[in-house]
Amino acid sequence: MITITVNGELRQVQSGATVADLLRELGIGERRVAVECNREIVKKERYGQAGLGDGDVLEIIEFVGGG
Amino acid sequence: MELDEQQIERYSRNIVLAEIGVEGQRKLRAAGVLIVGAGGLGSPASLYLAAAGVGRLGLVDPDAVELSNLQRQVLHTTRSLGAPKVESAAAMVLELNPDVEVETVRERLTADNALELIGRYDFVADCTDNFAAKYLINDACVIAGKPFSHAGVLGFAGQAFTWEPPSGSAPCLRCLIPEQPPADETPDCAGSGVLGAAVGVLGSVQAAEAIKSVTGIGQRLTGRVLSFNCLKMRFSSAAAAVDPSCPVCSRNPGITTLSAENYRR
Repeated sequence: MITITVNGELRQVQSGATVADLLRELGIGERRVAVECNREIVKKERYGQAGLGDGDVLEIIEFVGGG
Repeated sequence: MELDEQQIERYSRNIVLAEIGVEGQRKLRAAGVLIVGAGGLGSPASLYLAAAGVGRLGLVDPDAVELSNLQRQVLHTTRSLGAPKVESAAAMVLELNPDVEVETVRERLTADNALELIGRYDFVADCTDNFAAKYLINDACVIAGKPFSHAGVLGFAGQAFTWEPPSGSAPCLRCLIPEQPPADETPDCAGSGVLGAAVGVLGSVQAAEAIKSVTGIGQRLTGRVLSFNCLKMRFSSAAAAVDPSCPVCSRNPGITTLSAENYRR
């Protein structure tokens, strides 16, 4: 297991997990999110390859449509 | 546009701000902002823009005031139940600041009327409550080269960003989320609830962005997305980039006109 920070909270994930794995674990659909890892944008087409490393800091913004 | 003595007194707390000053206040007075949606986001956005002395406010909303609106839509009062929201909103805005010229449009923004309406204003605040309208505003503003503020809220949380021309200088909604999410995947405030104070924060962010854009001050929320979670009381932002293959703001866009079938609710 590795420890990452997701939206300010520490979280353990399997080593080798990708951004896509994390989104699945969090129950967040890939279609409505913007993901930043260590202050860098993660492009949607890379969610499946973008591996997470110990200590990574992620911001996941799930777009909502209300108002 | 000259300011009289009363106006200098009314706007004195703006004018003493070094970034705004008399010159910025004149720019506000000369500016028009279109507010699409006179609800949870549109309430604080309209009130703060009117109070700040924006010269012209356009209010677009097809609905009437309902009792369940009043928990968060502070533009409307119990007395205005049943009245068209744009009329109720205009009355409140004018009571707050009679200097403001208000244009009310009691219609839904559509693919047919969007470009004409947007064309009359300097800045657009997307204060709507559904993705179909948010994609329509995005595409219309990109096509028209009009700066706008996007916000969305649900429950205790939401997001906001600003787009400014020229195309390609800042990511638009389609750079971030290329396709309008299907309605069955997107809960709304009626089904999921929404906290008035949370939507108030994001509507205030939109007012601030409009003021900064028309006066040309500060750093606008371009190139990043602000996220606010009221339950965790956490603000954060994530970097966002222009998508070179964006369907609307790239060099060879697929979307060059507005067509109603692209914005199904």
